[in-house]
Amino acid sequence: MIEINQIHKIFNKGKANQVDAINGIDLKINLGEFLIIVGSNGSGKTTLLNLFAGSVLPTSGTININGNDVTNLPDYKRSQWIARVFQNPVSGTASDLSIIDNFRLAAIRTKSKGLSIGVDDVFKKLVKEKIATLGMGLENKTDQPMGTLSGGQRQALTLLMSIMDSCKVLLLDEPTAALDPRSAEVVMKTADKLIKDFNLTAILITHNLKDAYNYGSRIIQMREGIILKDLNTEEKAELKQNDLFDWFG
Amino acid sequence: MDFYLGTLIQGLCFSGIALGIYISMKIFNIPDITTDGSYTLGGGFTGVLLLHNQPSYIILPAVIIAGAIAGALTGIIHTKLKINALLAGILVMTALYSVNLTLMGRSNLPLNALPTIFSLVNIVSNYNQNTLFILLFFVIIITLLIGYLLKTDFGIAMRATGNSETMIRALGVNTDRMKITGLAIANALTAVSGYLMTQYQGFADISMGIGIVIIGLGSVIIAEAFINWFKVTSIWISLLLVISGAIIFQFVLAFTLSIGIDATLLKLVTAVFVLLIVSLPRLSFNRSA
Repeated sequence: MIEINQIHKIFNKGKANQVDAINGIDLKINLGEFLIIVGSNGSGKTTLLNLFAGSVLPTSGTININGNDVTNLPDYKRSQWIARVFQNPVSGTASDLSIIDNFRLAAIRTKSKGLSIGVDDVFKKLVKEKIATLGMGLENKTDQPMGTLSGGQRQALTLLMSIMDSCKVLLLDEPTAALDPRSAEVVMKTADKLIKDFNLTAILITHNLKDAYNYGSRIIQMREGIILKDLNTEEKAELKQNDLFDWFG
Repeated sequence: MDFYLGTLIQGLCFSGIALGIYISMKIFNIPDITTDGSYTLGGGFTGVLLLHNQPSYIILPAVIIAGAIAGALTGIIHTKLKINALLAGILVMTALYSVNLTLMGRSNLPLNALPTIFSLVNIVSNYNQNTLFILLFFVIIITLLIGYLLKTDFGIAMRATGNSETMIRALGVNTDRMKITGLAIANALTAVSGYLMTQYQGFADISMGIGIVIIGLGSVIIAEAFINWFKVTSIWISLLLVISGAIIFQFVLAFTLSIGIDATLLKLVTAVFVLLIVSLPRLSFNRSA
């Protein structure tokens, strides 16, 4: 379970360009819950996700993951619980490294990066089997640099990478924003399947009305750094797709 | 013949710098100017310890540790004090000038007839050929060690740090610590170059490192041209090309001298040559675009 209490985040505090990005949010996300966060640009969605990930630390308030106070832990220490898919596929993968090397790093996310060679035949076989499940024909290209793949292929692989090591929480930061509609659909279906199969607690930020409607077990709307609306599974099920349009404004 | 053999030996001596710059610039994407200071540090340390009749098994580890400390300092200043990497390197390089001068006691340390690593083992009677064999052995060992390191889990994390910092942090790597370690390794390699060159040329000099970063830079850029040209993805071949880059660079400089260009203009010629190899691919790219 993720729990945040009275979280505030102020950028450039005390300066002329001060921004009050998050203004006292309380939120509990239960195990296995798939939370969708929507809102207009500047509503604080990405800052909230960065606060969960630890790439931004809060000005005040507390953050707990599975009972552990992680408020002041940086992102690389929170990686023992959290896996993340970035908006830009370039941010979520190392372009110059081969696919297999990217997967190796993902497979030892919660472990120490030691002086042994982990990419052996057994590991290569395991990765090929996992990649084959995507049905993208990438399983025979594992020695290729990640940078040779399309954005959609990279996002799909990033999703697979997130479950290579034990993962409790999956953060999806507009993962389809840079993709064409067909790739976006593949990525979202893959994400939804993984979340269900591995019973992950997931948070998706999206500007896509269809994704917000079709996926997730709970939805919140943010505006000016606060949560404006919060609908549970039953309430979300009663929503019409058109009702959601105003949530993005 | 000796002229070209000497050039080849110099190229091999500089392969440590080339590998160091490859790690700092290509792997970590950090322009590290500490090189100028850590090369002299390696040379100075070697000179002082040889003059104190210290054995090789003491000198080499001491040089590696000294270079690593210099690199780690740059890394700490850059990551912990949030100082631009270029400035951090310049600061450490400047400080190292005084450190090196204090260490050496004077600006030049002639080693005269002191036994060096190149006179320890006599594979062949010709001094230059013997030096070449010992250097080849040395460079092969260094390349194998760096190649192995870059293939390990730690090495993959190192390579990813310069490539996608956001990704590697999300995968549990403390990138500050990784950069400090990377710069320490890079400057340890540079110091080893100073160690080899001092023993080859028979003296350590306070100014031996001035502009030496250009040699490493030029070597890596030459290597990069081949890496891009042949679409090389293998770590081993990349490292071989970096070492080849160091040798090619020395041969170009040797050729420049052989056609009668004044030795006092060598640094200028070096800078122009590096400028050419940096700018030519861009100019041809712009033309085709």
